[in-house]
Amino acid sequence: MLLIKITPDKCDYCGTCVGVCPEDAIELTDSTIDIDEELCTNCSKCVWVCPIDVLIFDKNKLKEKE
Amino acid sequence: MKIDKEYDVVVVGAGPAGSVAAKFAAEKGVSVLALEKDREIGTPVRCGEAVSHEGIAEFIVPDEKFISSHIDKFTLISPDGTEVTIPLEQKGYMLNRQLFDKAVAEEAMNSGAKFLTNAYVHGLLFEDGKVSGVKVKHYGEEYEIKSKIVIAADGVESRVGRWAGLTTHVDFREMEGAYQIVAANISVPTDTLIFYFGEDVAPEGYLWVFPKGEGKANIGIGVSGEIGKTKSAYKYLNEFVDRKYPEASMLSTVSGGVPCTPSLKKIFAPGIILVGDAARQVNPLSGGGIASGMIGGSIGGTVAGEAVIENRPDKLSEYQERWEKRLGKRHRIFDKVKNGVYNFSDEQFNSLAKSFSKVPFEKRTLGNLFKKALINQPSLLIEAAKIFVMD
Repeated sequence: MLLIKITPDKCDYCGTCVGVCPEDAIELTDSTIDIDEELCTNCSKCVWVCPIDVLIFDKNKLKEKE
Repeated sequence: MKIDKEYDVVVVGAGPAGSVAAKFAAEKGVSVLALEKDREIGTPVRCGEAVSHEGIAEFIVPDEKFISSHIDKFTLISPDGTEVTIPLEQKGYMLNRQLFDKAVAEEAMNSGAKFLTNAYVHGLLFEDGKVSGVKVKHYGEEYEIKSKIVIAADGVESRVGRWAGLTTHVDFREMEGAYQIVAANISVPTDTLIFYFGEDVAPEGYLWVFPKGEGKANIGIGVSGEIGKTKSAYKYLNEFVDRKYPEASMLSTVSGGVPCTPSLKKIFAPGIILVGDAARQVNPLSGGGIASGMIGGSIGGTVAGEAVIENRPDKLSEYQERWEKRLGKRHRIFDKVKNGVYNFSDEQFNSLAKSFSKVPFEKRTLGNLFKKALINQPSLLIEAAKIFVMD
């Protein structure tokens, strides 16, 4: 289950997250961002490098899962 | 606009590295198409915009039309506020990257390269295990464009290289998430780059205030993924600006990533080479990537052009060798020095600034500063010394 949440309105489409994703799970154009649920392992590296907090680890969803 | 079905060289990305690669390839007399994802070359500006004279002079005549300020010194501000100003041995510039990038692209166009904007490359073509072109979307239309060589200059994302099987992803601890603003209504000297250090302002790095003419500055910070676990670049920068320049207004804001790591172990594969940020050709100590990206682009473009002309696809490995010799080795040393310097405590920065401020102004050089900074770290001192004796 994808636990990384994106706030697209906030995104600058800068690609920093793409550069650290070990799975190449993030699809980014100059005005769209999307995470491939099949590929994402929820490792959160994208969350940590995002300069403007667009990507967050969704703790509520994790609780639901549990 | 007319686009052919086939080019000798296709460049993905029209930043300075991609455009210089396009120029040098075109100068060899081969056909070149450069594809830019964004609608406009030079925007958005994800960059501190500072560069030394020799960093760009090799590729383009410095022109007032793309220079915002002339720089002749820099000031380091330690955590306790001690300021040390150091004259630059080589003068530098604050660029207007929106205009600079266009000027570099125009140089390539004048050499015969063709450029297309709003052209999003979303896949590669392969033939017999070799990259043989790109899949591109341009205003809703899909094109397949064949090429003998693809030059991936697609920036920090560096996906094109991954599609070709190269390992391009950066360790999150070495990726700096950067946030910057161009601020107006602030008072800064127009000839000085200012760097702030310290745990509160910019842990494991620096915050920059770079002048962009009277009353304006590019203010930004890069925060590594490790620091970013607890606090983002956005938050660090806003706290700083609110405290230091409460009267400031924003002319623009932007975020971006800086791969502060030595360049990739492998920057070529059959039919493809990587240049600029995509190859991680960034000075890991400063985070500067304009000059080194253009150097990578020039070597890459030259080798690609020669490989086509001589019909020697195997020649691409020479690109890696030439890059290593010119800057690759040097960047690995910078990376070691970075790990020493950015682990300084606030006290270490303060005492360094205090002791260096006693050095007479004319004797203050970057080399002397490093000597002082690393005096208690002999192994790093030796590494740093290599930087100043190499080429």
